[in-house]
Amino acid sequence: MASIDYKNKLLTAFDESFDTQKGVRPVYGRYAEWLAGKDFSQLAQKSRDAELLFRRVGITFAVYGEEEGAERLIPFDVIPRILAASEWKRLSEGACQRVRALNMFLNDLYHGQDIIKAGIMPESILTNDMYRPEMQGVDVPGGVYAHIAGIDIVRTEADTFYVLEDNLRTPSGVSYMLEDRRMMMRLFPELFKQYPISPVEHYPQVLLENLRAVAPRGASEPTVVLMTPGAYNSAYFEHAFLAQQMGIELVEGRDMFVKDNAVFMRTTEGPKRVDVIYRRIDDDFIDPLAFRQDSMLGVPGLVSVYRNGGVVLANAIGTGVADDKATYTYVPDMIRFYLGEEPILSNVPTYQLSKADDRKYVLEHLAELVVKEVQGSGGYGMLVGPTSSKAQIEEFRLRILANPDNYIAQPTLALSTCPTLVDQGVAPRHVDLRPYVLTGKTTTVVPGALCRVAMNEGSLVVNSSQGGGTKDTWVLQC
Amino acid sequence: MLSRTADHLYWMARYIERAENIARMLDVTYRMSLVQNAAQSEAALWVPLLHISDTVEDFHAIYDEVTAGNVIYYIAMDERNLSSIFNCLRAARENAHAVRVAMSSEMWENINSLWLEFQQMDKKLILDSGLSEFCDWVKSRSHLFRGVTYGTMLRDDGFRFTRLGGFIERADDMARLLDVKYHLLLPSASDVGGAVDYYEWSSLLRSASAYEAYLKVYRDAVMPLRVAELLVLRHDMPRSLHACMDELTSILEQLSGNAGNECKRQAGEMHSSLHYGRIEDIFRSGLHEFLEAFLRHNNRLGIEIQHTYLNAPNPGVSGFDEAEPVLIQRQN
Repeated sequence: MASIDYKNKLLTAFDESFDTQKGVRPVYGRYAEWLAGKDFSQLAQKSRDAELLFRRVGITFAVYGEEEGAERLIPFDVIPRILAASEWKRLSEGACQRVRALNMFLNDLYHGQDIIKAGIMPESILTNDMYRPEMQGVDVPGGVYAHIAGIDIVRTEADTFYVLEDNLRTPSGVSYMLEDRRMMMRLFPELFKQYPISPVEHYPQVLLENLRAVAPRGASEPTVVLMTPGAYNSAYFEHAFLAQQMGIELVEGRDMFVKDNAVFMRTTEGPKRVDVIYRRIDDDFIDPLAFRQDSMLGVPGLVSVYRNGGVVLANAIGTGVADDKATYTYVPDMIRFYLGEEPILSNVPTYQLSKADDRKYVLEHLAELVVKEVQGSGGYGMLVGPTSSKAQIEEFRLRILANPDNYIAQPTLALSTCPTLVDQGVAPRHVDLRPYVLTGKTTTVVPGALCRVAMNEGSLVVNSSQGGGTKDTWVLQC
Repeated sequence: MLSRTADHLYWMARYIERAENIARMLDVTYRMSLVQNAAQSEAALWVPLLHISDTVEDFHAIYDEVTAGNVIYYIAMDERNLSSIFNCLRAARENAHAVRVAMSSEMWENINSLWLEFQQMDKKLILDSGLSEFCDWVKSRSHLFRGVTYGTMLRDDGFRFTRLGGFIERADDMARLLDVKYHLLLPSASDVGGAVDYYEWSSLLRSASAYEAYLKVYRDAVMPLRVAELLVLRHDMPRSLHACMDELTSILEQLSGNAGNECKRQAGEMHSSLHYGRIEDIFRSGLHEFLEAFLRHNNRLGIEIQHTYLNAPNPGVSGFDEAEPVLIQRQN
């Protein structure tokens, strides 16, 4: 019989399925009953089935630093993360509120800069590497900059959620939300009869509607394309998957060219005008004439057309300044300033190593803190104090001292755990949550998310590049 | 559709078709080697395979001796041979990977699992005793992929470019196979061939899945002239040159846009020589010359298709209109 091993030391953290006082949490009630009727070997078999299917479909992820073209599967866990309707209401409202404020912030920063004039944001934001002077004064349709945003949320208590970071450049992972759901429905159809689970399958259609909604004026039947760096990019599977689900062309930079203040793609019937580019390629590589000259992936002249309104990029150029870890601390103030509302979701208390007081505290408490690079992503270049050796901490200390402005620190949060199938059975593992917030005419979020899980016991790093896995997230309708 | 997408689909189909045809030739040669013919040396039996794939020199740069083992390894598995089955299947899968959006998910899963299966095969076992089984596997995977393409792919230009690649490649492979075999079996056009050659001719037919068809059509002993007629001129023989040109001309007509006039003209010209040609006339002026001209024209048509549809030049900014390298040579 499969049951959850709760005698684990990780239970110092909040568990999504189990309350040490009250027993199984209500959202997991029926699931726990179902699970109790299963053998471990049955679950393990389902897990192997899933791996086989994922590999056949080619849902793979290239890991940087490994042999070129090496394709790996992200571990998929067959046990879902389940969220109650009330929990989701709060999370989704909080995430949408945040994205509305962040879009208003970007529009303001690249126009009148009221937030700086009001003394809320320091002027130093304008010297941030991610601030793009090319975007100053440029109007984008609807004032939308972050059309697609991935908001990383963690939980530490039943009622305590924190936003860990906002991903406003080219957030990835949504294909796992969709494929994990498809896989769960295939493996456990009986569970979907028992639980009122909100559907997520319409995400690509909502995305496409939003992208069409921001087309340049005059494009009555806008042509939307998805721009990928190419088949060797780590997230290529996702690019291909989303393009297919939306029924749009998957293009590379070399498929497009600029002429007469417009962007065209090369087709077998001749050039075809492109109106909206959902780009999954960083600012730096998008146009060798505007940014990195050595980029072979971009389209020469694209940014100039963009600035003149001949094409729309989603996300806009220059969103990186708003999801920078140094800007992060100001998001609650942005919400108050632009929306006149109180933030629904809290930030994690953050120390700026550029500030002398903060730096002193952090250097004295490295063993308790998580230290991150301001512009790092993917779990690279970070220190998790409590799980690091003395030598690792000392090595990191030197890196901080060499360039303190480049780092922020946060208390090590006891991320919530969720029951997860591991070699020994079912055991709690730490998880986070990334809902995808879409903005076109309005800001919405599909009721689901990517749930990442740190597969190694005790690990707090959920990034797929660091051995993290994924789970299906069930948002209950009632 | 996107030119690059069309390009990948076209080459995906070409590589699958090429792998299949190499497997056919390899298998037939292997089976012939089992029917011991004292008059023929090991090298004489295996060298033609290298001629067909135009790799004699490349082979000798790597191996000292033409032995069955060397040639089989070189043709089937050698990563250094750009036309080996290994490299064809890899290239087919890579092309598919680059445009998986453009095909049905069944097609992608099919070609991806083909590659995964291939990688897990025991290469040594194949070379030692399982060669025929392996060749059958390649053929049947190619049939399967063609079937899933017909059964699931939207009838748009993507489908047409996929088929276009398959038939250009098949025409090329079949013409090479015929040319080399005739050259070896009938040094002079006036030779009629003896009973000794019966196995050779029937094996040539078998490599094109045409043996039963031959018996059905001619109800007679296997004769060189008729073998050639069947594989060159019969429009109802699915691997004949005529059948390939039937398909190619009709696919080119169906492609959207007005860019392809020169492609259509060239294909039409090639088609008419097969449609109205007589095998006696072809033999009189030389089958080898005929096949050589056909290969030249087929290659030219391939280049024209590449230029017209697949590497469409950039009409915009000069300096950025470098087309991708033209992948038409045999050695890609």
